[in-house]
Amino acid sequence: MRILVVEDDLEAQRYLVNGLKEAGHVVDDAADGETGLTLALSRPYDVAIIDRMLPKMDGLKLVAEMREHSNTTPVLFLSALSEVDDRVKGLKAGGDDYLTKPYAFVELLARIDALMRRRSPQTVKTRLQVGDLELDLLTRTAKRAGSAIDLQPREFRLLEYLMRHASQVVTRTMLLESVWEYHFDPQTNVIDVHISRLRAKIDKGFDTALLHTVRGAGYMIRARA
Amino acid sequence: MRAPSILRTQAYRIVLVYVAVFAVSVTALIAFTYWNTKRALDAQTDQIIEAEITGLSEQYQQLGLRGLADVVISRSAHGGPGLYLLANQLKQPIVGNLDAWPASVTLPGNFVEFDYQRRIENQLDTRRARGRVFVLAGGFFLLVAQDVHERYQTEQLFTTTLPWTVGLVLLLGLGGGALMSRNMLARLDSINRTSTEIIAGDLSRRVPIGDAHDEFDALAENLNAMLDRIERLMKGVREVTDSVAHDLRTPLNRLRNRLEATLRHLDPASAETVEIEAAVAETDSLITTFNALLLIAEADAGVTRGEMTAIDLAPIAADMAELYAPLAEEKGVNLEISPSGITMIDGNRSLISQALANLVDNAIKYTPSGGKVTVSVSETPLGAELRVADTGPGIAALERARVVERFVRLEASRNSPGTGLGLSLVAAVARLHDARLLLEDNMPGLRAIIRFPRHAPRRG
Repeated sequence: MRILVVEDDLEAQRYLVNGLKEAGHVVDDAADGETGLTLALSRPYDVAIIDRMLPKMDGLKLVAEMREHSNTTPVLFLSALSEVDDRVKGLKAGGDDYLTKPYAFVELLARIDALMRRRSPQTVKTRLQVGDLELDLLTRTAKRAGSAIDLQPREFRLLEYLMRHASQVVTRTMLLESVWEYHFDPQTNVIDVHISRLRAKIDKGFDTALLHTVRGAGYMIRARA
Repeated sequence: MRAPSILRTQAYRIVLVYVAVFAVSVTALIAFTYWNTKRALDAQTDQIIEAEITGLSEQYQQLGLRGLADVVISRSAHGGPGLYLLANQLKQPIVGNLDAWPASVTLPGNFVEFDYQRRIENQLDTRRARGRVFVLAGGFFLLVAQDVHERYQTEQLFTTTLPWTVGLVLLLGLGGGALMSRNMLARLDSINRTSTEIIAGDLSRRVPIGDAHDEFDALAENLNAMLDRIERLMKGVREVTDSVAHDLRTPLNRLRNRLEATLRHLDPASAETVEIEAAVAETDSLITTFNALLLIAEADAGVTRGEMTAIDLAPIAADMAELYAPLAEEKGVNLEISPSGITMIDGNRSLISQALANLVDNAIKYTPSGGKVTVSVSETPLGAELRVADTGPGIAALERARVVERFVRLEASRNSPGTGLGLSLVAAVARLHDARLLLEDNMPGLRAIIRFPRHAPRRG
C-alpha cells in the first residue's frame, strides 16, 4: 500500500515512516503543506496521514485543496491540538479520520487499514459472514452454525462493526467511536466487558473461537487462527 | 432577554421618590402661602373692625344710645364693606344694615366669621362676614363686621383646587418620570443585551455608543475598553493553552514513538518489553492527566471549546448507563436508569458524556457488590439535573464542600492513578455549561448532581 505522510516534526516523521515501512507499506513523506499537496496530486496513494499544523499550508487547507481537485484519497489527520472542536473541523475539511497525538502506533495502523479497505469498492451488503457466523443486516439477526444468537441492539452493532472489519485489528477507541460514538477514553476499560459478553454469545460452546484479542492493540474477528 | 417591567426598575423608583418629595413640597409651599396670606388679610380686617369699635364706643359714651344709633345709621347707609348691627339685650335688632342677628354669633370678645344675607338688586345673596361683638353699658350689643366675601370665595376656590393641583403635579411627575426612565432603560437595556450576548460566548460584541457624550456613553466606552482587554486576555489564554497543548503533545508523541519503535524490535517475552510497555502506559496516563488539566484550566479561564447545541440529556444518560451496564453487572452492582422525558439543555454532547462517564465510573468503582447506582435526568423549575447516585461509602460532608470548591489540589493528592482529576473534570465541564456540580449525601452513598440552567431558545 502507498502511504503519504505529511508531518513537519521530523523526528516524529522518521518514526512514523519507519514504522509504516516495517509494517510493509510504501511511504512518501513531506514536511510542509505545499510539498504535501504537490505529492498528493501527482501520485496515487491509498491513504494520506496529514498533520493538522504544517508550515506553508495548514493541514486543513491542504485537504480542502485535495478535495477541490477531486482527489478522494482517504485522509487521517494527526493533531496535537485540543480535541473537542478540532476533530469536527478536521472532518468538515474533508478528513476521514482523526487521531490526537500522542497516538499508539497500533491504533494508527488499525485506522489506516480500515481507511484503505473502506476505499476498495464495496457492494451494499445485506449479509456478513465470518466462518460459520452469519449476520443478516436486514432482519438484524445473527446465526452461528445455523442456530440463532440472541443479541441486544448494541451487541448487534458491535458485531456488525467487527465483521465489516473482519481480519483487521479493531482498537477499543475505534469501537468506542463507531459503535458508541464517544470520542473520549473512559478510564475503565468498559469495552473489554462488552467484548467478553459478545464472545460468550458467539464463541461459547464452539470449538473454534472467532473473536480474538490482539494483545496491546484490540480485537479481531476472523475465521482461522 | 426579558424586558423588565418599567415599574420595577431602579430608575422608576428614583423618579417615584422625587415625585413624592416634590408633591409634598409643593403642597407645603402652597399651604404656607395660603395660611400666611389669610392671616395677613384677617389681621387687616380685624384692625379696621377694632378701630370702628373704638370709635363707636366713644360715640356711645359721649352721645348715648341715640347718638350711637344715628352714627350706625349713617355708616350703614354708606354701602361699603362695613356691617353694623345694634341690638337690645335680647339680640333684637334696633338699627344697622344687617336684617337679623346672625345665629352663629354669640359670644362677645372674639372675632368670628358668619354668614349673612344681603339684598342686591332684588336678589337675596348669602355672603361671608367677619366681625366682633361689643357689649355696651346697659346691656346693648353692638356687632361690627366687614364683608369678606371676596376673600372667602378665593379661599373656597383655593381649597377645592388644591387636591387637583397636587394630583396634576403627581401625574405630570409620574409621566415625566416614566418617560425619563424609559429613556434611561433603553440605554441600560442595550448595555444589558450586549452583556448577555457576551456571556453567551460572543466576545466580539460591543456596547453601542450614542452621540450625546453623557454618562451612559462614558459608561459604554469604559465597558468596551474593558471588553477589549478581556477579549485580548481570552485570546491569549486560548493561544497559550493551544501552544501548551501542542508543545507538550509533540515531545510526548516522540517519546511514545521512540518507545514503540524499541518495543517492536524487542523479544516480546523479554523483561525489557514489560518495562517499556509500562513506560508507554505511563505516557498515556500523562496525556490523560494533561488533557483533563487543560480542560479544567480552560473552564476556569472561561474559554469555551466545543460547540454548544440544543441537546437532550435523556438519551445521553441512557447511552452511558448502557455502556457501563456490563461492567456494573460484572461487579455485582445494580446500575439503573430512571426513565425521563425529553430534557433539553444547551450543551456539548461529548463533554457531558465524558463528565457523566467519570461520575458513573466512580460510582461503580466505589459501590460494593450488591449495591446500587442510579442514573437519572430530571427537569426542575430552574433547569435540568443529571444525577448519579450510589450506595457506596460516600464522601464526608466536610470534604464534600472542599471537593466542590477546589478540586485539583484535594484530588490530586490521591495516588490512585486515573481517578485524581475525575471529579475536577466533571466540575470543569459543569462550569463550561454554566452548570453546578453538587455532591450530596445519598444516605448511604454519594449523590452527584450536575444542575444545568434552563435551556434557552437558540441564540441568533
